[in-house]
Amino acid sequence: MAEPNSKPNTTVFAPWTDPDAVPLIRFRNVTKRFGDFTAIDDLTLDIYEREFFALLGPSGCGKTTMMRMLAGFENPTEGRIEIGGQDMANVPPNLRAVNMMFQSYALFPHLSVYDNIAFGLKRSDMPKEQIPDRVNEMLRLTRLERFAKRKPHQISGGQRQRVALARSLAKAPKLLLLDEPLGALDKKLREETQFELMDIQEKTGTTFVIVTHDQEEAMTVASRVAVMDAGVIKQVDTPPAIYETPNSVYVADFIGDVNLIEGTAAKTGEHAYEITYAEGVDPIKVTECEHEIAEGAKVTFAIRPEKIVVTQDPPEDRANAMQGKIIDIGYLGNLSTYHVELPGGQMVKATMTNASRISRRDYTWEDTVWLGFRSSAGVVLSE
Amino acid sequence: MRRLSWFNATSLTIGFAFLYMPMIILVVYSFNESKLVTVWAGFSTKWYGELFRNEAFLDAAWVTLRVAVFSSTLATILGTAAAYVLVRGGKFFGKTLFSGMIYAPLVMPDVILGLSLLLLFIAVGLDRGMLTIILAHTTFAMCYVAVVVSSRLVSFDRSLEEAALDLGCTPWDAFRSVTLPIIAPAVVSGWLLGFTLSLDDLVIASFTSGPSSTTLPIKIFSAVRLGVSPEINALSSILIGFVTIGVITFSISTKRAVVRRKREENAVM
Repeated sequence: MAEPNSKPNTTVFAPWTDPDAVPLIRFRNVTKRFGDFTAIDDLTLDIYEREFFALLGPSGCGKTTMMRMLAGFENPTEGRIEIGGQDMANVPPNLRAVNMMFQSYALFPHLSVYDNIAFGLKRSDMPKEQIPDRVNEMLRLTRLERFAKRKPHQISGGQRQRVALARSLAKAPKLLLLDEPLGALDKKLREETQFELMDIQEKTGTTFVIVTHDQEEAMTVASRVAVMDAGVIKQVDTPPAIYETPNSVYVADFIGDVNLIEGTAAKTGEHAYEITYAEGVDPIKVTECEHEIAEGAKVTFAIRPEKIVVTQDPPEDRANAMQGKIIDIGYLGNLSTYHVELPGGQMVKATMTNASRISRRDYTWEDTVWLGFRSSAGVVLSE
Repeated sequence: MRRLSWFNATSLTIGFAFLYMPMIILVVYSFNESKLVTVWAGFSTKWYGELFRNEAFLDAAWVTLRVAVFSSTLATILGTAAAYVLVRGGKFFGKTLFSGMIYAPLVMPDVILGLSLLLLFIAVGLDRGMLTIILAHTTFAMCYVAVVVSSRLVSFDRSLEEAALDLGCTPWDAFRSVTLPIIAPAVVSGWLLGFTLSLDDLVIASFTSGPSSTTLPIKIFSAVRLGVSPEINALSSILIGFVTIGVITFSISTKRAVVRRKREENAVM
């Protein structure tokens, strides 16, 4: 998983940690109901200028509704939404400094690429003679100069996606909304376009809010990710924080691959606990646990498969070691995932890099191996 | 090209003979020298000449044309508006009832429609003439337009309109610059449908026409009651000619547009 936030030698962009920063978008106790169905449930959220903010969640979690409320196609049932300090209730979509890139791209089929991009500018207060310059600038930015005269049905899917982006950026909105922008592209093109999007976002300095159900996409492009479920935001944080320190079983399970081991917690020191998960085996030792856990509480220990090492002999440099039997091996070329059964019947996945050839590996199906991980490798979740 | 089997060739011949024999006979007899419709007396175009000197027929034709143009235009505006509200208006009280009721005049017998309109015009004291025919034709043609246009709107991607709003259009501007150009083919076919329905309507027009305004179908019908004259054959042949040319032009231009679009799409791949 890429972590674009760890760029060296630049000041870290993190306005959400600055108590004086004024957010561009504020959701204040926003609730949206459609009849009996609650799409958004009492949601409060700040998004800052120049952020690339991702709303991530399964379909029906309310992420698209939030975006449509920002664009002005839906109004909140309760609560208020502010953009740039202005209450957005009763401001129609055409009067908002917000543009949206639609999932279906929604290109006007009867207009050429050029006219699609010029469409919003012709309806703005931009003087007529400046419009061609602006359109050409957008065509250059999205590398579409050669296709200016074509109609949307005469260009490929990737080009259509870029036209949609150019059209929504042409009016230089304060805020750009992207609704599953890369959903219709194939995997390779999608990855290229993700970096293109980040590049354009940096160049234009526009605030981007992207809706996606693809966690890799959210992790790659976003400065912060909000994980949503059933109209509620479960966690808002940077991609590394979401991945390394999820605050709930839902988030841990939604993002990436994870082992979830249920047990009982016992305090052993400052930020240190022991999790008993089965009879007759050593409990899991956990350190650097930032939140307080009640003595004897039922908890879930979450650990990513790549943080566990598989060895033939007991690992000496790992605080936790457990013995198990290899049930299955998933070979992915660069990686192999081992499904190991612990004595209590608990299945644990461990991912190892295939640093040497597969024929030189010491263990295989049905072999008994050791699993080892550091006391700081996993997190303890109480919900 | 495959040769048709004996059986298929026969079916085709019988079917098309059934369809077109009456019209062929009509056209052939319009070139008959004799005044007697059923007796062939040699080729002549004199009835066409007679027809163009017949003021009554020309007047009726002019009335029919104006009625058709005005009523189909009015029906297109009303029908498109109705379709737009029914498809895009969201949920409102009685929407299902309204959607169902828009179809009612399609299945209502013309006689009943004509009679009810006649009663209405008498009740409000409107003198029967060209205006009443236009209103009557608008009434039933707008249902056809609404049906044609709403079927196009249903398959229309809503996000196109939202994109237009998002880019700064007022709702009316969005309709005019995005929705209307895209649904234009349906609106045009709705207009053509209304136009042809108005051209050949006899029943409703005869209820709602006045002494000053007789449409062509009424004229033909009343003339035939006094005996079929070769002039009527000539007139009918001209009408058939018009309709044929119209249909052929329309289908060729549609087909060309489809072919051109296919070719452009293939060029991209």
